[in-house]
Amino acid sequence: MRPILLQGHTRSLTQIKYNREGDLLFSVSKDQVVNVWYSHNGERLGTYNGHVGAIWTVDVNSTSTLLLTGSADNTAKLWEVQTGKCLHTWEFKTAIKRVAFSEDDAMALAVTEQRMGYPGTVVILSIKNDIETEQSDEPINIIYPKGSKAMAAEWGYLNKYIITGHEDGSVAQYDWKTGDQIKSVKAHNAEITDLQMSEDRTYFITASKDKSAQIFESNTLNHLKKYMTDAPLNSAAITPIQDFVILGGGQDAMQVTTTTMRQGKFECRFYHKILEDVEVGRVKGHFGPINTIAVHPDGKSFSSGGEDGYVRVHHFDEDYFRFKYPELH
Amino acid sequence: MPGFDNARQFPQSIEELDFSDIEEKYKVPFEEGFDTIIVVDNAPTVDESKKDKLLKFIRKIFKNAGNIKDIDMPMDPDPKTETLTSKGFLFIEFETPEQAAMAIKQYDGYPMDKTHHLAVNRFTDIEKYSQIEEEYKEPEEEKFVDLGSDSIAEHLRSWLTDPQARDQFVLYRGDVVSIFWNKKTEPPEEVHKRMNWTETYVKWSPLGTYLATFHRQVIALWGGPSWNKIIRFVQSGADTPFGPEDEGRQIIIWDVHGGNLLRSFPSSTLSSDGTPNKITWPMFKWSPSDKYFARVTQGQQGQQGQQALSVYETPSMGLVGNKSIKIEGLVDFEWAPSSDKEKERDKHSGEKKQKEELLSYWTPEIGNQPARVTLLNIPSKEILRTRNLVNVTDCKIHWQSNGDFLCVKVDRHTKTKKSTFSNLEIFRVREKDIPVEVIEVKDVVIAFSWEPKGKRFAIITTSDPNYGQPTQGGVTLKTSVSFYYLEKPKPGKETLEKKTSNAIYWSPLGRHVILATLRSATTFDLEFWDLDFETTLDQKEFAKADPAACLQLMNTQEHYGVTDVEWDPTGRYVITSSSFWRHSIENGYILWDFKGTQLQKHLLKKFKQLLWRPRPKSLLTSEQKKALSEEEIKHRRRLTEEWNAWRKRVEKELSEERENAGIVLPSRRDDDTIEVIEEWIEEVVEKTEEIIDD
Repeated sequence: MRPILLQGHTRSLTQIKYNREGDLLFSVSKDQVVNVWYSHNGERLGTYNGHVGAIWTVDVNSTSTLLLTGSADNTAKLWEVQTGKCLHTWEFKTAIKRVAFSEDDAMALAVTEQRMGYPGTVVILSIKNDIETEQSDEPINIIYPKGSKAMAAEWGYLNKYIITGHEDGSVAQYDWKTGDQIKSVKAHNAEITDLQMSEDRTYFITASKDKSAQIFESNTLNHLKKYMTDAPLNSAAITPIQDFVILGGGQDAMQVTTTTMRQGKFECRFYHKILEDVEVGRVKGHFGPINTIAVHPDGKSFSSGGEDGYVRVHHFDEDYFRFKYPELH
Repeated sequence: MPGFDNARQFPQSIEELDFSDIEEKYKVPFEEGFDTIIVVDNAPTVDESKKDKLLKFIRKIFKNAGNIKDIDMPMDPDPKTETLTSKGFLFIEFETPEQAAMAIKQYDGYPMDKTHHLAVNRFTDIEKYSQIEEEYKEPEEEKFVDLGSDSIAEHLRSWLTDPQARDQFVLYRGDVVSIFWNKKTEPPEEVHKRMNWTETYVKWSPLGTYLATFHRQVIALWGGPSWNKIIRFVQSGADTPFGPEDEGRQIIIWDVHGGNLLRSFPSSTLSSDGTPNKITWPMFKWSPSDKYFARVTQGQQGQQGQQALSVYETPSMGLVGNKSIKIEGLVDFEWAPSSDKEKERDKHSGEKKQKEELLSYWTPEIGNQPARVTLLNIPSKEILRTRNLVNVTDCKIHWQSNGDFLCVKVDRHTKTKKSTFSNLEIFRVREKDIPVEVIEVKDVVIAFSWEPKGKRFAIITTSDPNYGQPTQGGVTLKTSVSFYYLEKPKPGKETLEKKTSNAIYWSPLGRHVILATLRSATTFDLEFWDLDFETTLDQKEFAKADPAACLQLMNTQEHYGVTDVEWDPTGRYVITSSSFWRHSIENGYILWDFKGTQLQKHLLKKFKQLLWRPRPKSLLTSEQKKALSEEEIKHRRRLTEEWNAWRKRVEKELSEERENAGIVLPSRRDDDTIEVIEEWIEEVVEKTEEIIDD
């Protein structure tokens, strides 16, 4: 496959996200810039200007009309996708590390950082999908996770609950209406860096600095799969077609001084989702650790954003789709 | 804080001081001194006046054995004459225990004159024999356990039937030798442990059936699930085959099953100038079928250039054709390994046909005959191929593991003899007329290794000026590593520059290789490479065109103080160890998987050696091996079925819940109905009108 290189950021990428149709790819970076690109050819449509701090997170609603970003400038901003206009700004006491629209776009969650006497929280915001209407400043609820702070979070299907991944490696389920923890499991030995839902939100994958990624069932938090690697992981995604998971991360800190700089050797690793131990392939090309991975909703392409400031869009070729393990079929 | 409060309790005089700790530290071990002393008995008894004459006489006799450090003949007053007389025995101290041994050998029983036959013994032996019990006790008979020949084999190979297909390894640490099962990510499971099981080191038999331990005069073999002593071989004299002793120390060939001595050979002969020859080990090289064993013999004393290749056959233990093959200038030879196909054919054919076995040897330039590599068949002694070489400094013979290829690394000097470079002469042994290809290498080749069972090899070269110089000891050389692919029509090559690697370790199955930097003070790199890395997502097309394109570095790791790298026999795991025999910093071992993922690390003080237990050659053909084992396939099917069943259940639950809630999400994926519309819009950028006046 030939990757398309998107050069639009001057500092490391923090998150990339496809819209529901997959024709648009949103990217945010520490350089305070939000970019939107056509995913099929890499052409940039535009930017969303307004943040005055590193942008940590981005999400888009299911109709591709509203964009939500969270930043180190202690604000979360809502944008009109088409025009780039900032529709609303929510102010917080600390930086916002993760935002996510609920399935029905009526709500969004924002994970706030823990700092200077302020505990980390998960804020539930009400979103009005009509662009003209004024957004409400008042959150529906604020969840104060007990114990370790949340690093990433996602909505369950039908808004049943919120799933959170924490700094101590645990994964929890929260009732967003009451703010209570429903359930918690000790999943990883180090902080969770990413949490991504499957297409139907019945299971999700977590990536961690403990060099592994795991899959859990959403309703029960039962552990389903574990993928071991040799580098701390920053992101993990599930492919909607073909049974793969894609993992990306960085080189072990210890190795940095003893190995020669290997140009373009940071890799996205593909593992077989069901067979766990089986590494299917690697895609290299980034010049620095991979911070974020997103898979196109149709499963025919995926993108990765790196510490090197580049977004690489890969469209799979024939071989990928024909790949099967003969003994399984 | 020490103070003077208890001054009264201080020792008052030097006698009261306690020196016991210093004494411990500097104690001279009692025994060591006495191995060099012999007792000479049955000497004539003399008085003071004749003492010197006798001592001079004794000295003259014994000086052939070695350097006499001291002679002591105790004199006691004779009750009859009341003069000091000797008692008929004396002590002689030599410089080394070996000289003392020589003296005993040569002069025990020496007739000084008609009535005095000297008895010469080790001083320490006297002590030993004086302690033998007066009464004869019949030795306990070792119980003979008749296992029957089939169950013996089963019993000795029991470790292969481990249901988890684990491999064993032996660990020698301090004084303890233990056997463990490898348990991947968990700490290894100990099977057996014994203190002082060996005196020097341990070694597995080539098929992994026995563990050999080495002691002063005995080599013992152990095996079976309970690690009983299977058999022991007693040698007179010490165990290691080094050292220029003539006679007494011998090279002996034993039959392992019965413990019989098959044949012994004198260990060294003197070369033409009278100095004993240096022994190179292995002294004998066995042919792959074990039917023949051979060695290079130097000529008779005084005759220069009469080297010969002595090939013996089993079970007769005699020379093939009853004579050695005279090859002038013969330096070294190697048997060709047999291929897996040949081994299978033999197994299935049932009878052992008289098969030709190939070996290769090289001879340097002699007179006007050029240096030459020769391929010779045994037992026919037919020469299959020769190859002349010029300007040769040295040759090294490297056979590929199946005997398909032979590489002779030729170090050449330029005409001025100022610089050396290397050539690799590749013999394609299986092809008609055995064609030879020459690969020129600009720099010095410091390491060479064939991929097991493959058509590829790796070399390490260096152009570092420190190589070969006295300064090399402290320097980590800059090296380059090259991988060669013996494809037709021209060998392909892939080179990695700016390395420090100086050792190549292929996985026993080929494909994977570790490049290590050993014996450096600053770098301890381990690079895990895969030569056949094909991603299914790309490069599969490239792979067919250019095999070198699949070279992939899987991982780079480090093991501080690494001294050895050992693959397990299945190629799944690797152990890198830091041995106490080489240095004492951070001894221990690390277990990795073949991709270079660290699985376990153990720091063990006084860790000496770790050896995987070899496996006998697989009974499966290579085709059978390539396919996944039954187990693997079952496991994969099971995982997939479990997953699919779970998905079905969850999807059903989900759709029910959605229906109840009245919310049904539209399906995201409408595969063929996505229309991509690209519009090219023409925009007028600029419009200019130019009016041209004529």
